[in-house]
Amino acid sequence: MRPQLPTLDLVPLYPLLVVTGWAVLVLLADLFVQHKRALGYLALTGVIVAAVVTVALWPGVPTSFQNMAISDGQALFFNLVFLVTGALGLLVAIEYLERKDLQRGEYYALLMFSLAGMIAMAAAEDLLIVFLGLEMMSVALYVLSGSNQRDMSSIEAAMKYFILGSFASAFFLYGIALTYAAAGSTNLAQIGSWLSGRGIPKDPVALTGLSLLLVGFGFKVALVPFHWWTPDVYQGAPTSVTAFMSVGAKAAGFATLTRVLYSAFSPTFTTDWVTVAAVLAAVTMTFGNLAALVQRDVKRLLGYSSIAHAGYVLVGIAAASPVGVRGMLFYILAYAFMTAGAFAVACAVERREQSTTTLADYAGLAQRSPLLAAAMLLFMLSLIGIPPLIGFWSKLFVFRAAVEANLAWLAVLGVLNSALSAYYYAGVVVQMYLREPGRSPAEEVAFRPWRSALAVAVFLAAAATVVLGLWPGAVVNLLMGV
Amino acid sequence: MLIEFIPVLVLFALATAIAVIALVLPAFLGPRRPSRAKIETYESGKLPYGDARYKVPIGYYKIALLFVIFDLEVIFFYPWAVVLRQLHVFGLIEMGIFTALLVVGYVYEWKKGGFEME
Amino acid sequence: MLHSIWLVIAAPLAGVLLNGLLGRHLGRAFVGLVGVGSVGVSFVVGALALIELGALPAAERSIGVGMWDWITIGSLQVGMTLRADALSLWMVLVVSGVSLLIHLYSVGYMGHEDERMFARFFAYLNLFVASMLLLVLADNYLLLYAGWELVGVCSYLLIGFWFHKGDEEQAPVVLVDGSQVAVPPNLNPPDSGKKAFIVTRFGDFGFALGVFLIWSTFGTLNFTDVFAAAPQVPTATITAITLLLFMGAIGKSAQLPLSVWLPDAMAGPTPVSALIHAATMVTAGVYMVARNHVLYDLAPTSSLVVAIVGAVTALYAATIALVQVDLKRVLAYSTISQLGYMFLAVGVGAYAAGMFHLTTHAFFKALLFLAAGSVMHALHDVIDIRRMGGLRRKMPVTWLTFLVGALALAGFPLTAGFFSKDEILLKAFEFSPWLWAVGLLTALVTALYTFRALIVAFWGQPRDWPLYEKAHESPPIMTAPLAILAILALLGGLLGLPIVFGVPNWLSEWLAPIFAAHAPAEKHMLSVTTEWLLLGISAAVALVGIALAYWLYAQRGDITARLTVTLRPIFVLLINKYYLDDIYNAVFARGGQRLAALLAQGLDKAAIDGIVDGGARLFVRGGAWLTQFEDGHIPHYALGMFVGALVLVAYLVLR
Repeated sequence: MRPQLPTLDLVPLYPLLVVTGWAVLVLLADLFVQHKRALGYLALTGVIVAAVVTVALWPGVPTSFQNMAISDGQALFFNLVFLVTGALGLLVAIEYLERKDLQRGEYYALLMFSLAGMIAMAAAEDLLIVFLGLEMMSVALYVLSGSNQRDMSSIEAAMKYFILGSFASAFFLYGIALTYAAAGSTNLAQIGSWLSGRGIPKDPVALTGLSLLLVGFGFKVALVPFHWWTPDVYQGAPTSVTAFMSVGAKAAGFATLTRVLYSAFSPTFTTDWVTVAAVLAAVTMTFGNLAALVQRDVKRLLGYSSIAHAGYVLVGIAAASPVGVRGMLFYILAYAFMTAGAFAVACAVERREQSTTTLADYAGLAQRSPLLAAAMLLFMLSLIGIPPLIGFWSKLFVFRAAVEANLAWLAVLGVLNSALSAYYYAGVVVQMYLREPGRSPAEEVAFRPWRSALAVAVFLAAAATVVLGLWPGAVVNLLMGV
Repeated sequence: MLIEFIPVLVLFALATAIAVIALVLPAFLGPRRPSRAKIETYESGKLPYGDARYKVPIGYYKIALLFVIFDLEVIFFYPWAVVLRQLHVFGLIEMGIFTALLVVGYVYEWKKGGFEME
Repeated sequence: MLHSIWLVIAAPLAGVLLNGLLGRHLGRAFVGLVGVGSVGVSFVVGALALIELGALPAAERSIGVGMWDWITIGSLQVGMTLRADALSLWMVLVVSGVSLLIHLYSVGYMGHEDERMFARFFAYLNLFVASMLLLVLADNYLLLYAGWELVGVCSYLLIGFWFHKGDEEQAPVVLVDGSQVAVPPNLNPPDSGKKAFIVTRFGDFGFALGVFLIWSTFGTLNFTDVFAAAPQVPTATITAITLLLFMGAIGKSAQLPLSVWLPDAMAGPTPVSALIHAATMVTAGVYMVARNHVLYDLAPTSSLVVAIVGAVTALYAATIALVQVDLKRVLAYSTISQLGYMFLAVGVGAYAAGMFHLTTHAFFKALLFLAAGSVMHALHDVIDIRRMGGLRRKMPVTWLTFLVGALALAGFPLTAGFFSKDEILLKAFEFSPWLWAVGLLTALVTALYTFRALIVAFWGQPRDWPLYEKAHESPPIMTAPLAILAILALLGGLLGLPIVFGVPNWLSEWLAPIFAAHAPAEKHMLSVTTEWLLLGISAAVALVGIALAYWLYAQRGDITARLTVTLRPIFVLLINKYYLDDIYNAVFARGGQRLAALLAQGLDKAAIDGIVDGGARLFVRGGAWLTQFEDGHIPHYALGMFVGALVLVAYLVLR
């Protein structure tokens, strides 16, 4: 039995290799560099290099690495989303950690490793690679969540995330095993062809595998009822971590979920998962929005809002059509800018000695820091879905896809939900613009775009929210090639 | 296809059988005359003291974890060594990368003081 | 100018940037200049474009000005395209003209604000105008929707502008028999802003769905393409679309049942009220229906709904205005009522009449609000008419201009309001005498409440001497816009004289290319005699109403007082605004909050309780058992996930 030598076709994996290698570099540099801030910029350089490599690979290459990885347009698009998120997360962290006195080198290395995991997930064409990427991403995030060791809520968040995450991973692994049992392969394309060719319709083994995989994904992207950890972890984790993981982990989860559903469980099981996805989407967005209504803490509020947005994204997947996938991709990009931006503002407003920001901390922000407030206003309006901001288009695309897929009820529910969400997003705006600052106003960093890295992040996110809202065609054209 | 797994099944059965036999047979066959010295916790010949459930300094866990990690990684050398001849240079390069990554981790641990007890 | 019509929007936007970013450092004079000047540019450009358009042959009076391709998805192509035609340019002129005067007035009115607030105010104000101009110039539904939402956001920021104010308690009304009737307090500005935003968003929800339906049905969102394809579409679909769009109009134009936000919008500075009521916000709904007249013509059911909602709202709001003690609120309810007229007009297919009333209403309502603002300015923000009285001696210009506005609102013969209202009543009569009767009754009530407010505030003797002593006329920068608006309110009727006068109805003819292109040929079934008769009746009704008001409030106050006691239940009902606010509060605001609290606390915080109630005791035991080993809620979370997984597996495998 001679082992087959793999062909070393690494070109499609260049972004992954760059990020991984750079993460190791950052890790080693941590041993010798005194000014940890510099590591942040080193990591940022790596992210930019990876982005350049990703763009150079456009419009994608066929499967490689023994059919275990694929770098098609979708994967590359997700790479860009991750890298943008990573860049924003780094910019936010550089300043936030300094202010919180948390500046440590491993933060940046861990963030890079997590990024590598996400990229691996998006490029995975094999359930094992999916799992590998998932764990690589998650383990790094577990540690990052607990990176404020002086803060009990940060540690609690890390523990919760870790334990529940392991729980979800177990489901996921079992799902892989059952899928393998049903289809005899872990390769997504081969699973797909086996199930549709020789598989049994309504095969209970495959269906159980599918549901367990859905549980795993549902945990990562925070779908009800697998969302429990989200508010606690988003609230407890250092805000710079929340900014990164609220977008990155979710995007990565959706990247793989789409691939698994569309290539492994289509077309034989399409009707099965479409129903599930539609119901989960409905429940998730409704729950997220309703629960967000009563939140007083902005990080927690954004946590519930992110649950709601996971529901909207899932609407695009439930449409089970190319239009739906494109809508979902657009939504995730929009979500990345809006949510990372909002959390970046939360970083700026947060006080030194606290790890949370209540709504009251935002009172009178428009007077203290007009530009910061204006940026937050843009993010809130965009999250509601007000044209011509980017959030409007993303909702339009997914709902449109739902209507086309005969899921009009879901689209109606979605529109109703976004009307509902206006209430709590407007609450933030009320605080910023229509309330006097409290007796001890929060000491948000002075918003000086030319000096602060955090401000650069806020500015970039706000600019993208507006510019891509005015020219969504740029992204749409890109997606047409996906 | 399933026939290939028969040896595994046999192994399973044997392992279970031996464990059960080793536990059950003595209960029937052996004489049972307990005395104070006999039922006391066995501590490699030393006299036991205190409760077994006490807090161990976290340093032990750290060392233990590191040991497990590196130990597990090293297991990878065995299958690799078996097929090294077929893998040729590729195998050598591959293991070089693998080892280099291990060394990075090792150096990192060392410099960060991971091997110190406190 | 026609092809540079985008300047109309760009100028105020430039003002927003300049005042918003640098205003604090520029000083009041400069900020005011930028604010007024930018809207002035809009007005001039709009006027020049209108003249240019008029020079074209009637059939070619519609120019699309594309700026860039906004979005292209498959077959759908939506451009950043503006449409300059008779309708949109007329709206541009009305909006920018009235806004210009309001801006000018604001320079004086907001003069005592600190520089920061002053700059902010003008930045918001300009954004408001720019959004409204975008709305009226839009060439497709998406751009219209964008303007629609932006107007909502601006109104929200402006209504809540004085965010430091709290709820304003209102003194109870004391009746002659000594009993008291509590008056609901005025909502504080931040909550009012929020209310406006959220209530109108519920209308927008329908509007968004309407746009969706248009997209699904037509595959395009451009007005021209949709209108061209509309006759081939089943009537049921068109009816659904038009009704959904009308939901948006109900929200934005404060019609029943979403009318509750507009009176509370009074919490904003008075120029904002004037802007909202006269030019930039509430008229959006009427404009939208007029713009979509092709669709409404194809859906008689929807048109009927529009007309009925309009008529009922008109009467409903007018009755409430009868008992309000807050001058601005009287005007607010009168706006709702007048908007009802406009919807009645567009509902019966008299689009030109609706636009005519929109125009004259913009003149006299802006006038009335600004005059009321002038009173507030003089009385240091006192707005309760029970503390006024005799103000005509202290504030002659304000008094005279308010009188002109009141005459126009009441439909006094030959004023602007008379002609426009009469045209609507005429068309309503053609459509159905019942609607006409409601409209006529409303006209009577309108004259009554308008002059009640006027008489109580300006006539008779001062009721609060210290306050009266302090009163003074406002500076010229405030009275000048009042004078201009007064002239417009008097002479605006010349734009559309009745046909029986034997002169051409200018506005009707100007708008004819728009409305006549698709509409069925106008049938003139009314004889000249009937028209004269109707004209006479409305004139008489207005005069009777005014006379009645004079008799009831100036001459025989004692009768009024006794009447109030006799009709006490009705009085209480009206002063509480038919309890609509309280009902909404109980059902939506509180109900929604309770539901949310239930979900967040009951399900999320303590998953265990929810599950106990659900009856799955086994899992609870398991959870309780697990809690012995784990601290915190992690086991509950895990249990929740596990149950979710079980349900998922069970559903997928067993179905």
